[in-house]
Amino acid sequence: MALTDHILTIATFLPLVGAAIIAFLPRENNGRVRAVALIFSLLTFAVTLILIFGFSRAADGFQFEENYAWITSPPIHYHMGIDGLSLILIVLTGFLTPLCVLVSWTGITERTKEFHIFLLALEAGVIGVFVSLDLFLFFVFWEVMLIPMYFLIGIWGHGRKVYAAVKFILYTMVGSALMLVGIIFLYERSGSFDYPQILAQLSDGSLPLTHTTESLLFWAFLIAFAIKVPLFPLHTWLPDAHTEAPTAGSVILAGVLLKMGTYGMLRFCLPLFPSASREFAGILSVLAVIGIIYGALVSMVQPDLKRLVAYSSVAHLGFVVLGIFAFNIQGMEGAIYQMVSHGVSTGALFMMVGMLYDRRHTRLIKDFGGLGTTIPVFSTFFMIVTLSSLGLPMLNGFVGEFLIIIGAFHARVLWGSLAAVGVILAAVYLLWMYQRVFLGEVTDEKNRQIPDCNRREKWMLVATVAVIIFMGIYPQPFLRQMDVSVARVLTRVNPAAVAARNIKAPAAGVASRIAATSRQGLPAGGGASR
Amino acid sequence: MSLSYADFIRILPELLLAGFALLIMMLEPFTPLGRKTILGWVAVAGVVLAGITAAALAWFQGPAFSDSISNDGYSIYLIELLLLIAALTLLGSMAYLERDAVDHGEYYALILMATVGGAFMVASTELIMVFIGLEISSISTYILAGYKRGEMQSNESSVKYFLLGSFATAFFLYGIAFVYGLTGTTNLDVVREILVNSPASASPQLLWLAVVLMFVGLAFKVSTAPFQIWTPDVYQGAPAPVTAYLSTAPKAAAFAVLMRILVGSFGHVSAAGGVIFWMLWISAVLTMCLGNLAALWQSDVKRLLAYSSIAHAGYVLVGITAGGAEGTSAVLFYLAGYALMNVGAFILLAHLAGADERRTEVQDFTGLAAERPGMAACLTIFMLSLAGFPSTVGFFAKFYVFRSAMHAHLTGLTVIALLNSVVSVYYYLRIVVAMYMGQGKTQVSEASVPRALSFAIAVSLVGIFFLGLFPSGLLRDLTSLQVPWL
Repeated sequence: MALTDHILTIATFLPLVGAAIIAFLPRENNGRVRAVALIFSLLTFAVTLILIFGFSRAADGFQFEENYAWITSPPIHYHMGIDGLSLILIVLTGFLTPLCVLVSWTGITERTKEFHIFLLALEAGVIGVFVSLDLFLFFVFWEVMLIPMYFLIGIWGHGRKVYAAVKFILYTMVGSALMLVGIIFLYERSGSFDYPQILAQLSDGSLPLTHTTESLLFWAFLIAFAIKVPLFPLHTWLPDAHTEAPTAGSVILAGVLLKMGTYGMLRFCLPLFPSASREFAGILSVLAVIGIIYGALVSMVQPDLKRLVAYSSVAHLGFVVLGIFAFNIQGMEGAIYQMVSHGVSTGALFMMVGMLYDRRHTRLIKDFGGLGTTIPVFSTFFMIVTLSSLGLPMLNGFVGEFLIIIGAFHARVLWGSLAAVGVILAAVYLLWMYQRVFLGEVTDEKNRQIPDCNRREKWMLVATVAVIIFMGIYPQPFLRQMDVSVARVLTRVNPAAVAARNIKAPAAGVASRIAATSRQGLPAGGGASR
Repeated sequence: MSLSYADFIRILPELLLAGFALLIMMLEPFTPLGRKTILGWVAVAGVVLAGITAAALAWFQGPAFSDSISNDGYSIYLIELLLLIAALTLLGSMAYLERDAVDHGEYYALILMATVGGAFMVASTELIMVFIGLEISSISTYILAGYKRGEMQSNESSVKYFLLGSFATAFFLYGIAFVYGLTGTTNLDVVREILVNSPASASPQLLWLAVVLMFVGLAFKVSTAPFQIWTPDVYQGAPAPVTAYLSTAPKAAAFAVLMRILVGSFGHVSAAGGVIFWMLWISAVLTMCLGNLAALWQSDVKRLLAYSSIAHAGYVLVGITAGGAEGTSAVLFYLAGYALMNVGAFILLAHLAGADERRTEVQDFTGLAAERPGMAACLTIFMLSLAGFPSTVGFFAKFYVFRSAMHAHLTGLTVIALLNSVVSVYYYLRIVVAMYMGQGKTQVSEASVPRALSFAIAVSLVGIFFLGLFPSGLLRDLTSLQVPWL
């Protein structure tokens, strides 16, 4: 059927169709603007769900591929395709965007039309990043997606919003300029922008890179992604952007934009430059561990709820990077799982902080206290989300962190132990925050009058909590979805880990094929044992 | 020397433009005051006619006037580009001149004459002809810069431009004299042949002296560092539509000449190669860095865009430094993209600045998006394209130039250029920030956009997106230009 052949194009551009329709709606009719935005974001979500059902877990390589020549000089292709890794991130994007529309339902009253246009354009850009298999197309989406986010922060944000928006865009642009040099360089050497083609050339040795070249290319890509993640010394844009952004902006930013960085590492840095990845894994793991501890410690002292959640993202994404550079199945699957679960949990935390802000117009922890008695339903939801964020077993956060820590232990015991300390610190700052906001006596009379969740908010939170619990008690379907993709990355960076996948028994067919590829297709010296 | 009809046919676009300019001057006394816009339409008709003729001449290529004019793909493309700039400027000027009550026929005639000069510059292979073209174009633009006689700033702009400009053309002429002394000819093709066939005939010191002198002369015109000092003052003082023209057409013409000389005639000489290369390299780096860093601190939009145009000249120099067929085609593409976005930005600015251009501060644009979302969106697109965001022509313009530099193993220069373009994002976004994120009532004009102007803006927007999404067609044509000197 023609439609299924172009399903990735549809998923990418459906939000833009919605944005175009909104552009023609009358300015005064906010209700209709919101309705159209909601319908199109839900439709996009539906399309991403169709992808899940059409996706074959066992198949090696990319699926739903579309490949057309776009620009002839240089040869740029409109090449899209997904594997397990991109699939779950697309679904996550599809899931979070309707929630963003809903969470802005009453909060955004000025320039509603533009807000939803930018929100949908952002969704289109993010999905485009995840489905692109042409390095150039990837770069285009990567850059274009900045503009709607910039406007979302700059127009509908709070406080020092302009500063935050400009800081966000400049940080990212510095990284992407370096990445562009890397992309052009790869093209010059390989004659192609096509990711699978370049990967094939690199792995069969027809595109030899010297040690220096590979290291430089690795850093050119990695810095761009590390800024996005953000990895420890490059994280300073994040607290500003998160704190000043409108709620929906924070949700998308934490939920999916940060994942673009870790996605980029898994998709590009590791498979394209495996020996540089091995060489620098130590440095990056150290930075990740610093990020975990530092993020947690800084979160602890934040007076502002939103800033607290923002710094917790630094810590959580530190886990993800640590898992990726552990170079084993557990670490990497845990990292991907943590990417999704952080998207849901932190997205939910930002939504709920936004709901509190809509009610009280403050985000300072000291202005709250004893909310548990005045808004019990909200407090319950908040408790569940907090617990999921700190990694309580049976909730989603636990699975990812647990796998990452196992992976880190396999790589080096010290990092595993330090990461475990990070889990404890997370419990400290999150529970202490919960205690100060929701428990105890009501200290401020204003907090007595605030209303509990309305029906719209309840539905949003029920949907989120359902995902949180489901991911916590039954992670198998998610993990199986990414098996093949993870194995593909690992055969490049650490084939030994694939051969000795001792924890979870894989589907036999996949394992044998991977073993076969690792025997044939790897350059000498590929077996890493760090 | 015998003249044939072919000689005249091959300069028909220039002749048409000059004819229309004279026609306008003759019609001017008979046009009633307040109806001078009609002369603008006459000028547009002349440009369109010249454009059609130039396109038709693609089937009638060849030399003219004893090899002093070369009607080849290179010159036809550049003439079409100059005509496009002239047409957009004319369309953007008519309502502006009426609004500021300075609508006189000579304005349109001068734009046409400046274009004639530019067209001769790009089409000549004879340095003396290039010089004459340069003079025609320069004198017309000196007058245009001071077109608002009653305004101090405009007068100041004109005088500065005139003094420094005549200084620069003198340098250029001095360089020509050296070339003649060394080779006994001023024909660029012959110079190339002599230098390629008997490279030992000319002393390398004198050779590079000649090149440096000519470069200095043209560097003034294209405002590359360290000869860019006049640019901000002149661009700020001149009427905004004139700035639109000044910042694109004479630059495009001068860059075209620069490439004919440096890449064409002297590009094949290894003796002076090192000096030429480092001269270009250093000038490119200085131009980019100075333009971008200075633009960061500007509070006046016209001045900001003036520095931005300096920075863009730097990017073009990167392409010229790369040289060769690839660098040349990348530069030609760049000039088209740059013309589309810069002319668009300046003519829109001319409208927004309001009567007598009183409102050109960045903060005057505060809140424009709330009042006039359409105009704010257009200006945003121009800014994003100038900043080089993908899907606009600004991106591929830079991309091709940087790619040619990487091919020429100029990795360091490419990285400097890329970092510069990141810096530039900041100041382009300042205008966007003001329009969308500032609170308050906008100070710029909220008058509705005149129809001719909106047509011109629409043309530039379509061009920006078309070349931004499908750049390969134009680039392929530019790469396959049959230029003898490459």
